[in-house]
Amino acid sequence: MNVDINKYSCPLPVMDHDTVQLAHGSGGKLSADLIANFFLPRFGNPLLDRLDDQAVLALPPGRLAFTTDSFVVDPIFFPGGDIGDLAINGTVNDISMCGARPLYLSVAFIIEEGLPFADLHRILLAMEAAADKAGVAVVTGDTKVVNKGSCDKVFINTSGIGLLPDNIQISSTNLQSGDRIILSGSIADHGMAIMTSREGLSFQTRIRSDTAALNSLVDCMLQASTEIHAMRDPTRGGAAASLNEWAKSSQIGIVIDEETIPVHPQVRGACEILGIDPLNVANEGKLLAAVPADSAQSVLEAMQKHPYGKEAVIIGEVVADHKGMVAMNTSLGAARIVDMPLGEQLPRIC
Amino acid sequence: MKYLDEYRTPWIARHILTEINNNVTRPWVIMEVCGGQTHAILKHGIDQLLPNKIELVHGPGCPVCVTPLELLDKAIAIAARPEVTFCSYGDMLRVPGSDHDLFKVKSTGGDLRIIYSPLEAVKIAREHPDRQVVFFAVGFETTAPGNGMTILQAEKEGLHNFSVLSSHVLVPPAIRALLSLPDNRVQGYLAPGHVCTVMGWQDYEAIARRFKVPIVPTGFEPMDILEGILMVVKQLEQGRYEVQNQYRRSVKREGNIPAQEIINTVFEVADRNWRGIGPIPASGLRIRQKFADFDAERKFPVSSIYPREPEICISGQVLQGLKKPKECTAFGKECTPEHPLGATMVSNEGACAAYYKYNMARVGRI
Ligand code: SF4
Repeated sequence: MNVDINKYSCPLPVMDHDTVQLAHGSGGKLSADLIANFFLPRFGNPLLDRLDDQAVLALPPGRLAFTTDSFVVDPIFFPGGDIGDLAINGTVNDISMCGARPLYLSVAFIIEEGLPFADLHRILLAMEAAADKAGVAVVTGDTKVVNKGSCDKVFINTSGIGLLPDNIQISSTNLQSGDRIILSGSIADHGMAIMTSREGLSFQTRIRSDTAALNSLVDCMLQASTEIHAMRDPTRGGAAASLNEWAKSSQIGIVIDEETIPVHPQVRGACEILGIDPLNVANEGKLLAAVPADSAQSVLEAMQKHPYGKEAVIIGEVVADHKGMVAMNTSLGAARIVDMPLGEQLPRIC
Repeated sequence: MKYLDEYRTPWIARHILTEINNNVTRPWVIMEVCGGQTHAILKHGIDQLLPNKIELVHGPGCPVCVTPLELLDKAIAIAARPEVTFCSYGDMLRVPGSDHDLFKVKSTGGDLRIIYSPLEAVKIAREHPDRQVVFFAVGFETTAPGNGMTILQAEKEGLHNFSVLSSHVLVPPAIRALLSLPDNRVQGYLAPGHVCTVMGWQDYEAIARRFKVPIVPTGFEPMDILEGILMVVKQLEQGRYEVQNQYRRSVKREGNIPAQEIINTVFEVADRNWRGIGPIPASGLRIRQKFADFDAERKFPVSSIYPREPEICISGQVLQGLKKPKECTAFGKECTPEHPLGATMVSNEGACAAYYKYNMARVGRI
């Protein structure tokens, strides 16, 4: 997401050092300074401010969704966002994909000694903005500092819980023949933003990560229909991985149409040059949904009214044929398999 | 950089397909030499759209696939040495050697780094003067200038802890060798666009004349490939055999002269073994004696390598365009991208991997 630093123009707190030292994670005075000067001003709320070792939450009865994710990304700052945005949005999205409303997060940092305080501050500002925007509270946290070389700048783990309304059954085992597959917008933006900044490729327009919290989009979708069968945010492995997991878990086939899948021009260009299939590239602000045919149109229209779903489109459907596999009609009019990506996407060598 | 969608617009594709249909009167066998083209053909389903009279066979243009087994075994032996930091492109790590692959070396404690560009390896050598940094430089003429640059750069900086294990092969001698096979069926060629961007197409003119085959340097986008096929078909139907350039936006007849100069400074032409195909005279590049200090093969002599290929694998015939991956009994059964038996199942440019990945036969259609 796009953080307007000026809006959150909190000055960098003054510390004795310019960079994080091992002692800042020792639990002593320097740790207390770090928490008081950096973390509390950003995430402060009555639950966190007590600085107990745990948050005590009063929750209404019903089902809870609980998830955790660790964020390691190089570079930590990239066009369109940074590791802080990812850490908040990623966990918010993981909770949202079952239809739950995310409420509370924990945040744990593992910081490499020597990380400039300015960088930490920038990450925390982004996390504050992302949490505000998603309407979630950070209620507990932890910080460790490790020796230089023991981690790469900063790793962040976030966990989160959300409330799941009773009438909702969303699961990757629920897809049924005839369901429409809806995609909320263009694919491959995040992965190619990272890859092009890493490879030092320059394009006329910079590719920006799509990192965004999707809980409000999911709200709109569930208002349109509670009959949604499955939802996924196609992060690592991209849309190809999510669709293949669905096909396997629900033992159905999926057919998608290449021509309907939005890929921004500069992203497509970068994929071509690096020899990478956009379907295999990570997204951080997109979702896929499988919706019964009779409610697909109303869900789609609800999505298109939301800022994160403007480009939403039906890209295919669930079939009884070729169970466990995903096929695609290519834009040239042929058909091919869309396979589960094998591992990390590597640029081609020739 | 430019948006490449104009090279895949469906209506242009349909137009070229109609043209191909209108021109074909007899059956023709055409080989796309480069694995990148094979990949694009399967990925976009171009093979399904062509008239039945045109058969595409897939060529040896996959550098990972043709890297000889003994060199891979050597790489594995060098990478396992305690003083060595071994730098390689990701694809090479999964290619099966006689006993195991480079990944195994990594998981048993070898210092292996996956790199994305050749100069990264030089950087590692600069930053770790206490380590012997070896760069596994694999490729055709396309990657030779960049890989050659690493040696020039290391020499300039006096980085004597840097060396290159070089496995460079040349396309024209391979095309000659395939055309000289007694069971050759190929009547026209799509030459690899990237290779021709570096080397130009003069070398192909003699081949076209001698073997009376049309050769068309062709790009990698669906439109490029379809236009290349159309150019070959028109020549075949008219009885012409010329080198005709499809990849005009990138290839010039003389190629990229500064890039060729780097190649000539660092490398010399040598005989080379191709995995699956065998020895082809004057078909590879060897590091010149002048740069022996930077040649990992000379620096780390490895003895007693007895390469063994799995008997069931027919990748040699696949690479020569004699058989299709589907004709291999292990295809999709014992041999998958997760458990490859041959190199052609590993690399993205390998024909077996491309068939496994994209061809609808696996879901019971076609
Ligand atoms: S499918 Fe596997 S075993 Fe068969 S030829 Fe290809 S690489 Fe070799």
